[in-house]
Amino acid sequence: MSSIHELLTQYDVLGAFAVNIELTVFAGLLATVLGIILVIMRISPISSLRAVAGGYVELFKNMPLTIIMVFMVLGVYAQLKLSFSDNFDVNFFWLAVTGLGLYTAAFVCEALRSGINTVPLGQAEAARALGLGFTQTARQIILPQAFRGSVAPLGNTLIALLKNSTVAAAASVATETSSLMSEMIEFHADAIVTIFLIFAIGYVILIIPIGMITTYLSNKLAVRR
Amino acid sequence: MTFRTQSIIGKCLAAICAIACLCSLAGCGSVSTRDNVIKIGIKFDQPGVGFKKSGTYVGFDVDVARYIAQELGYSEDQIEWKEAPSKQREAMLQNGDVDMILASYSITDARKRAVSFAGPYLVAGQDLMVRSDDHSISGPEDLNGKRLCSVTGSTSAVVVKEKFANEVQLMQQPGYAECATALFSGIVDAVTTDDIILAGLAAASRGRLRVIGKPFTTEYYGVGIKKGDTAFATRINNAIRSMINDGSWKRAIEDNTRGTDYMPNPEFNPPSPTEGEQHE
Repeated sequence: MSSIHELLTQYDVLGAFAVNIELTVFAGLLATVLGIILVIMRISPISSLRAVAGGYVELFKNMPLTIIMVFMVLGVYAQLKLSFSDNFDVNFFWLAVTGLGLYTAAFVCEALRSGINTVPLGQAEAARALGLGFTQTARQIILPQAFRGSVAPLGNTLIALLKNSTVAAAASVATETSSLMSEMIEFHADAIVTIFLIFAIGYVILIIPIGMITTYLSNKLAVRR
Repeated sequence: MTFRTQSIIGKCLAAICAIACLCSLAGCGSVSTRDNVIKIGIKFDQPGVGFKKSGTYVGFDVDVARYIAQELGYSEDQIEWKEAPSKQREAMLQNGDVDMILASYSITDARKRAVSFAGPYLVAGQDLMVRSDDHSISGPEDLNGKRLCSVTGSTSAVVVKEKFANEVQLMQQPGYAECATALFSGIVDAVTTDDIILAGLAAASRGRLRVIGKPFTTEYYGVGIKKGDTAFATRINNAIRSMINDGSWKRAIEDNTRGTDYMPNPEFNPPSPTEGEQHE
């Protein structure tokens, strides 16, 4: 295990984790915005919106992330010529963020829908009885309670997103952890177990606090009924 | 929120136990070997080098492996082919999943700490592959402002980052097939890795891709074996020597890179296989 120090000084392990955290933050924001829009569509009174959102969720929820990522690079960029920047590194980073965001949005939508299911039907009926329209009901009555009820599944989605961010390697983001791990194994074949443990422990350190905060918030924010 | 220190210590202990269990499992991963079969690790996804094609195996590494197996006294149907992805090669040798590995496996000092090598059976070198109609690149010195593709975490990618980092934009893909796709579609101008792998890809592209033919590194391809087995290394080296001498070595290269004018770097090839015969 004396090689740990050598490995950590020779390779920018912290920098690699920073890339994964950046990917997670940006993709998380995109997924949250998109997920909220999707869940509003799913509970809206307009059936075509419900169908579109339902279709989106089923499609992205059941598609392997690797395929989405490879499609972002070889389909969206190579074939459709859509790009964020002429600089490869910037471009692939944002393609990966988009891919991760589109994928995770489906899970955010499902997490929020589970939260909506915790809100008793009577709440919506009472809102209607008071003369509130759909957007007012959703914004002021349903969604605030739904958020509080879906903290735990949203936290799980965030944890999954952080781990999934390693799939960005498939979208040519080569500075993130799994790519760095491949590179380290390529040059230090004698220390595979050490290298593996460095990254495994790194993720455990990142993910345990997320889990604890999620549990704490989910208890604190839950609507007592 | 209240959580007791005790429970955290308990959880840590549990985690350590879980890891210890995994480690002990890995330790006793010895596989019973049948005497009349030789298990050889090759690549399944590199055309021209090691490639699985509808149930049969083709490529230069495969031909060399077949020859060595024959010299060691195994017939064709006594060979058990196994896929040896780059990241698993050392582990496969260490726990006895395979007897030897021929999978574009470069001999390096770091790897020699984990496994031993026989060979080399080929001295490859990092080269560039471009579209056949693109004449703007004739060597690594023309890469200025160009876009390049290589495989994530590979030696070639690191060499490019060190040597040409300021001049090129590097795209890293999970495999060479994806790089070739990117080259076809025009988002990169060149693909870089060892020349023999590029020659195999170019041969499979029906003339649409070509290899520049100016290798700028040297990669000594060796036969990976269990660490310290000098007797086995000597037998393998003798087999490689006789393969080079009776002309099958040259024929194997020509057969597997047909349609390209690939020539292994004549400065170093054919190599003299002397690796691994002495204890280090």
